[in-house]
Formats: sequence, structure tokens, C-alpha cells
Amino acid sequence: MPTMKRKHLRAVAGLAVATATLVALAGCSGAGGSGGSGGSADGSGSTIRVLMVNNPQMVDLQKLTNDNFTKKTGIKVKYTVLPEDSLRAKASQEFSAQAGQYDVATISNYEVPFYSTNGWLLSLSDNVAKDSKFDQSDILKPIQDALTGSDGKVYAEPFYGESSMLYYRKDVFAKQGLTMPANPTWAQVADLAKKLNDVEPGMAGICLRGQPGWGQNIAPLTTVVNTMGGTWFDKNWNAEVDKDGFATAANFYVNLVKNYGEKGAAQAGYTECLNDLTQGKAAMWYDATAAAGSLEASDSPVAGKIGYAAAPVDKTKNSGWLYSWAWGIEKASKNATAAEKFIEWASGPDYAKQAAKAYGWAQVPPGTRTSLYENADYQKSAAAFYKQVENAIKSADPENPGVQKRPAPGIQFVAIPEFANLGTDASQQISDAIAGKTTVDAALKSIQTEAQKVGDTYKKKQK
Amino acid sequence: MSAPTIPAPTASVAPARRARVGKRRTSEAARKQRRRNSLLALLAWVIGLIFVAPIVWMVLTSLHSEANAATNPPSLFAPLTLQSYANFFGSASGASPWPPLINSAIISVLATLVVLVLSIPAAYSLSIRPVRKWSDAMFFFLTTKMLPMVAGLLPIYLIAKALGMLDTLGLMIILYSAMNLPIAIWMMRSFLAEIPVELVEAASVDGASLLLTFRRIILPLASPGIVATSLICFIFSWNELLFANVLTSTSSYTAPVFLTSFVTSEGLFLSKVCAASIVISLPVLIAGFAAQDKLVQGLSLGAVK
Repeated sequence: MPTMKRKHLRAVAGLAVATATLVALAGCSGAGGSGGSGGSADGSGSTIRVLMVNNPQMVDLQKLTNDNFTKKTGIKVKYTVLPEDSLRAKASQEFSAQAGQYDVATISNYEVPFYSTNGWLLSLSDNVAKDSKFDQSDILKPIQDALTGSDGKVYAEPFYGESSMLYYRKDVFAKQGLTMPANPTWAQVADLAKKLNDVEPGMAGICLRGQPGWGQNIAPLTTVVNTMGGTWFDKNWNAEVDKDGFATAANFYVNLVKNYGEKGAAQAGYTECLNDLTQGKAAMWYDATAAAGSLEASDSPVAGKIGYAAAPVDKTKNSGWLYSWAWGIEKASKNATAAEKFIEWASGPDYAKQAAKAYGWAQVPPGTRTSLYENADYQKSAAAFYKQVENAIKSADPENPGVQKRPAPGIQFVAIPEFANLGTDASQQISDAIAGKTTVDAALKSIQTEAQKVGDTYKKKQK
Repeated sequence: MSAPTIPAPTASVAPARRARVGKRRTSEAARKQRRRNSLLALLAWVIGLIFVAPIVWMVLTSLHSEANAATNPPSLFAPLTLQSYANFFGSASGASPWPPLINSAIISVLATLVVLVLSIPAAYSLSIRPVRKWSDAMFFFLTTKMLPMVAGLLPIYLIAKALGMLDTLGLMIILYSAMNLPIAIWMMRSFLAEIPVELVEAASVDGASLLLTFRRIILPLASPGIVATSLICFIFSWNELLFANVLTSTSSYTAPVFLTSFVTSEGLFLSKVCAASIVISLPVLIAGFAAQDKLVQGLSLGAVK
């Protein structure tokens, strides 16, 4: 039957067309447009792809990109913005495979040491750091050191930097007739917390992070460990978690937050503590310097009432941490020139002015350049805290944060890839100890075993 | 008229009483039945409200400012604002939501079409004209769903990288088709098994070819099933996050990946995420409403079996 045959043919042809469409689509990129592409030698006309953490100042940068960067250089920028944990997962997958899906990514001083050793990052020493307009010498030294590889080359340029410090309610202190020393010790802070607990309805003596996560409770706890003479590992990779220094610090931290800390401390992190201090539910708070801007913001009910003191110490002279979100270029990037131009803009000396023009000086990414701390406009808008922040960052020493030598850099972390898992496990147990589900000693015993397993792998590598 | 209705005094007393008692009984039973019904209705309402409550909360939160959305206890009567929706459409970051939405639409529609094209003939050969050992084949399809998805992630990432297919729509279409195919075959088989074989035989006696039988007999009868299957495949493809997050980057990223970009560890984001979730759920909701009649038919068609 000829009609049947024709119908068969038509069906087969239809299927063939469908298959061909699919095959064609298989190579097709989506509505986001094609991926990164090269342009001329100076990078203009090219498109770079940037993997970025979703923090408020990064979102500002995204908005400013078109007018302040693309229009001037002809380089288009495509962003993927992710929350912090997804970003870390994606960045390590992307960089370890050298997949070439991104040219630039936000990495921190936690990643730089081992990313650079593994050869995943393009050195910025030859172009960006040498550019006189970029002015590498303007970058705060501890931040630059933290973003430098073991070979002495710069591998990332900072977008913002932070340390930690102690916030306290000046008005509450005055009412109670108490004073905060400029460089308090932890013993003094514990004493103050005891006196201040419940002086106003619902007010905790101090707010400290208890939420699980290596970037949550482990960060402040590790700074306490450092200053009380403890460490995660000695210089030969022996785990020291159940030894004196660490155990004293962990017991001190857990007891302080249990006795005089915020409600629901086991689940309170940076955001919860920030809310508590803003809403008058805490008299003191030890955390990142980055919170100062929010506390002094015009809509903050505690603006002007906050005092700032250095991170409390015990056996060391200072104990503040050091953290920086910074731009690194993937070695497999095919648009290195354009990517370098992007970093020169985003970490450059003019960016602060552009961000200030759009959002005001209070919202400028802080903690990276000396010139920002010398800028009169910034000094005016951040009068309450800029000196304290600058001092905190300048006095941080990631190579030597405690009383003994360390096998890897890092203040509030140990800059090895295994620390993300180790720290997260440990943070869970510390959080349980704060909640009263386990004792500190039992928690430390189990963390010690895990830490020693990690230490052993490095001992083998040393041999 | 009235004469026949007057009961005979002697003979009718007992039946009348019986009838009264019976009436009382039936009315009691009816009352019981009514009470049970109203209890069931109440239960249905409660369950319905429990299901709707999170969505209502999401809508309400999306209409509050970030500060009001984060308070504890929740501030239900805070002033409403569309700020979070403006934010979704790029007022803060300048990032347009359209590329990921278009990507999601292309991927989900094409993956669903591929699944239909492959699953209907497969289901036919497993139900109407069963191949030998068809139940083994069915079981084989099911086993492909037994491996945890995440176990396949790394190999797929490496293969896609080697083939240069990372961040392409085609890769996602192929993956989502493959993921949904076993479910679609199982669903379509149960729908096609409902169609009496006699109908197909009658058509072939009348001289209809396989294609004609398919088009004129099977497709119309199975259309509720096809709609239900397509909708399930579309929803699964539209909502998938794990693979999309790992395998796409700046060009082919989908709506769920875009949704996660509103979460931040420094600052408040509840309202923004709620607004984004609502906008991103809309296409699925609309598809569901549009297909509602067929869907109910389709679901009950499968359920009878």
C-alpha cells in the first residue's frame, strides 16, 4: 500500500529530524549565552566567567560591573553566585578538575595555600602585582601574606578582609559601672559576662557562636585555643586536641556560653548573634570585624552604643583571626588577560570609590588596603570602629598564631583540605557539648582520634 | 383520594410502629453517617490546611521586608512590600532571571518530549503486545532507579568534561530523559494495560496499520495517562537541582540553581528566597492547573489497576 509506505517514511523522517535537533542541541549552550570567549590581546571583546560567593558586597560588585568595568574595558563578565558552602564545593570540583568552566573564582586564605601548592591557580605576581596602577604595596601585609603561596608568589588578590574583635554595649557597661579594658583577657571577659548576664530582661552576658560548621563555632573557638596555648597539630602533625591547651580552651568556651551565653546557643551562628546584639539580647559579642558596619548602620537600634575592643587574649599578645575573600584565576583559564583586568578592577584602589558613590562609604568592602584606612571619607563614616579593625588585621599572624610552631598556616583554621571535614565533625560535637548532649572531654576524645587520622596522612607524606 | 391512605385500624398498627422504629433507625443511621461525614470533611480540611500552610507562609514572607521576615516570633501583620520580587528580577544584583527560566523551560519540555517518544512504544511492547520476558524488562527498568543518583554524579561529570559537554542544554536534556524514562515506562505501561486488547485487534482486522492504530485508538484512549506522565516528567526535570548545580555554570544554569544564589551566610535572605521560590514554582503550578482534568482521570486510571 503506497499510502502506508509514505506514512512510514514520514514517521521515520520525523524521528530523524527530532534526533538531529537533539544532537545539535547537545553542543548548544543555554540562554545564558555562549561560554567564555577570547577577544583581542588586551582582552577587550572577550567574556569571562566568575564564580562568586553570595555576600552583600559581592552583589554590589555584580551590579557595578557593567558601568564601571565592561563599558571601560569591553570585557563582559558572567557571574555564577552561590551560597558559601555550595561555592566551596563547586570551586574545589572546578579547580581540581581544571574544568575551564570559570576564569575567576572567589577563594579565601583557607584555600590559597593548598590550591597554589596543587598548581590550580595562576600566579598573579607577574602581571597584576607588578601593575603600578594596582599598587600591590597598598594591600595590608597580613592579608597579602595569607594569599601568597609557599613559593612566595601572590595567587589571589583580596576583595575584602576581616579579623575578629569584641563588641560590647557601652551604655549597658556605663549603667552597671563597668569598664572594658582596651586589650581584655579572656578571664576579664568571663568575669564581665557573669556580671552582665540578665542585667536587662533577656540580655545574655556574651554571645558566642555555637552553631555547627568549621566556619561557625570552630573559628572563634580556635582563636581561644591559640591564645590559651593549644593547637590542632604540633609541627610534626601530632594531634593535640585532648592536650592541656586545647582542652582548657574548649572547656572555657563551652562553659562561658553555657552559663552566660545567648539562648539557643548551640544553634546560634554569626547571623543569630548579630540579631541578638542588634535587638539588645546580648551585652558582649566576640566575632568577625565585618559586623561593625551592620551594627552602626543608620537603621540599627544600637548604632552609636557599641564599643570595640581587641580580641581577648590569654597567653599570646593578640588572638584575632584573619579571613579574606579574594579573587584567584584558574590555571586552565583561556582568558587570563581579561581575568587579570577584572581582578585589577575588583581589587583595585578605585573600586572603593565607585562602590562608595553608589552605596555610601559604610558599605565599601573593607580590610584590604591601607589607602582606605587613610581616606577621610571612610574614616568619617566608620569612625567608631575603623582603627580597631585595621589594628586587628595588622596584628594577625597566620603563620604563627599561638605559642608553638605549626605545620600549616591559618589562625581560625588549619589550611589543609581535610580541615573542612575534620572541623565540621568537631563543630558538631562542640555544639552538642554546648547543648548538654555530651561532655567536653568526651567530645575532645573523639575529635582527637579524627584529627590524628588526618595528622597521620601528613606524617606519611613527610617521610 | 384520601380513602386508600387511611390505614385499616387493626392490621396496620404493628407495621406502622415497625415503620416508625425503622424510620427512627434509618434517621439515626443517617445522622451517624452525617456526623461521620462532617468529621471526615473536617479532617480533610485540617489536612488540606496543613498542606497549604507552608505555601501561605511562603507567600506572606515573600511580601514582607527582610527584617520583618526574620523576626521570631514571626510578624504576620507587618506591612507588605514587593521589594523581594523586585530583587528577584535583578534590582539589587542586575542579574536577569530570564536566562535560567528559559533554560529550565527548554530542558524540561524537550526532556519530557524525548521521554514520551521513547516510553510510549516501550510501554506498548510491554503491555498490549508483550515481548517475551516482559516482566524481566520491567524489573530491569526499575533497577536503574536503585543506584543513588549522587553515585553517578562524578563519572557523569568526568565524561561530560571529556566530551566537552559541561554547561550545555543537550547534556541536561539527555540526563533528565534518562532519569525519568524508567518511571515513565512504568506509568505508561499501567495506563496502556487498561486498554482492551480487543480494540487493537479489531482495528487490525479492519486493516489499520500499527501507526494508524497508535494514532487513532491507543493515543486517544491513553491521553489522560500521557498527560499525567508528561506532567510528572516535566516537574521532575524542572525541579532537579543536584545535577544542574554540578554540571552547568554560566550558560545553561537552570532556575533551581538560580534560586540558591539568593542564600547568603552574611545577612538576611528569607524573603528573597521565598519570592524566588514562588516565581519559579509558577510554571509548574500553571501546567498542573491546565492539565487538572486529564490529570485526575489519568491518576485514577492508573490507580484502578
